[in-house]
Amino acid sequence: MLKASENYVRKLVEEDMRIDERKFDEFREIKIETSVIKKAEGSAKVLLGNTHVLVGVKLSVSEPFPDTPNEGVLIVNAELVPVASPTFEPGPPDENAIELARIVDRGIRESKCIDLEKLCIEEGKKVWNINIDIHVLDHDGNLIDASALGAMIALLNTKIPKYEDDKVIYGEYDGNLPVRDTPIAITVTKISNKLLIDPNLEEENALDARITITTNEKEEICSVQKGGVGYFTTEEIKKAIDLSIQKSKEIRKLIK
Amino acid sequence: MKIGKPEKMIINGKRLDGRSLEEFRPISVEVGILKRAEGSAIFKFGNTYALAAVYGPRPLHPKHMQDPQKAILRCRYSMAPFSTSERVRPGVNRRSVEISKVLNEALSNVIFFEDYPKTGIDVFVEILQADASTRCAGLNAAALALVEAGVPLKDLISSCSVGMVDGEIVLDIGGDEDQFGDVDMATATIGNEDKFVLLQMDGIVTKDQFLKMIELAKKGCAEIYEKQKNALREKYKTGEINVESE
Repeated sequence: MLKASENYVRKLVEEDMRIDERKFDEFREIKIETSVIKKAEGSAKVLLGNTHVLVGVKLSVSEPFPDTPNEGVLIVNAELVPVASPTFEPGPPDENAIELARIVDRGIRESKCIDLEKLCIEEGKKVWNINIDIHVLDHDGNLIDASALGAMIALLNTKIPKYEDDKVIYGEYDGNLPVRDTPIAITVTKISNKLLIDPNLEEENALDARITITTNEKEEICSVQKGGVGYFTTEEIKKAIDLSIQKSKEIRKLIK
Repeated sequence: MKIGKPEKMIINGKRLDGRSLEEFRPISVEVGILKRAEGSAIFKFGNTYALAAVYGPRPLHPKHMQDPQKAILRCRYSMAPFSTSERVRPGVNRRSVEISKVLNEALSNVIFFEDYPKTGIDVFVEILQADASTRCAGLNAAALALVEAGVPLKDLISSCSVGMVDGEIVLDIGGDEDQFGDVDMATATIGNEDKFVLLQMDGIVTKDQFLKMIELAKKGCAEIYEKQKNALREKYKTGEINVESE
């Protein structure tokens, strides 16, 4: 398939246009499905245009970390599986997969949207482990926002399995995961000194820099990550924050 | 609530280590401290010690990674096993992979890659002692090591951390503030310009607080820029005398 060249994308953006005719602050069509994997305690499928991400949440019981003996453990992992792109290769997560997982992790962790203290079974000995696994199935740009959204939706429909006689009884449930906020990550992309959101793959390949801003229900910022070669000025950072806050409100309406 | 958190971390405008809110820990910089590396530097924020070494530009291997148009930058951030209270397992981990990536992206802003086609420039950052803000110290050292290696740069990269402790915005997160503070943000700018090449924040802040942190970060990075330039002047002192005598 022919791909729009980097220069073409940049030229269009300079003239305030995008290759798929969207506005700079317009998301592609977002499709969401919940509880798509019956074996997982929580799951979600997110389609952002042609970008397709599947997120599963699995719960297990293990020892807490020594410095937080009364809190559950949160682990986020991302797999850029080879089905999703000709550039993804089998093997352990590369730096892109690791960065993706860590950005999603920090948005959830820093917003304190999961009440981890409620996931303590026996202080210092047994707590719930929440494993969030992001499976990217089709890569057409903006994996960060799609994955963060998928993770949040999956958490919102995660049920806690029954736990009896030191055993987890999968398939039988004992309430929902205590979720008290819905952080939403919005990645603002800079191309030819213009800011836009939800880049598709062609746009992503032409970007100068990107900044992911995760905001909570109170419109506070809970995590920020700049990526890509390139820089942001203070003025651009201000605009990116406003854009993130505005867009996260719209996205939040879709999931709550 | 984390175990061992002090009740108050700021008392009468002073932080736990006696600093005021917008004050750096003692900074020490030295350029050219390794013999074999083409460029090297050590940058210290108090008890955080970051050593950086640069090898290259040199022919890149494996060959299929070469770019006929430009040089390839490779960065590796690593913590010495003895650098923290609890021993760090040697080798790569998820954190170090991510930091290596963001350091690479920050430094890429100032390197003239087109000058060295088919080559690789290797930047190694070793954290010898960690007491918060290690990636910032590492980035400051790496920029200086690139200068000593003779890699042409558009400008230096200058980096510092800012954050919030007890609801107050502070410069240069250090020691217990990393573990018990509310917000931690690593930043870096191109020289003393308003161009952020590194931004990583954890913790909850309002938009206003965030923008105040950005303003403080700019001041901090400008201060670091001066320290870096002074270290280079110190290193190339004889050159300066010659210029004056002309």
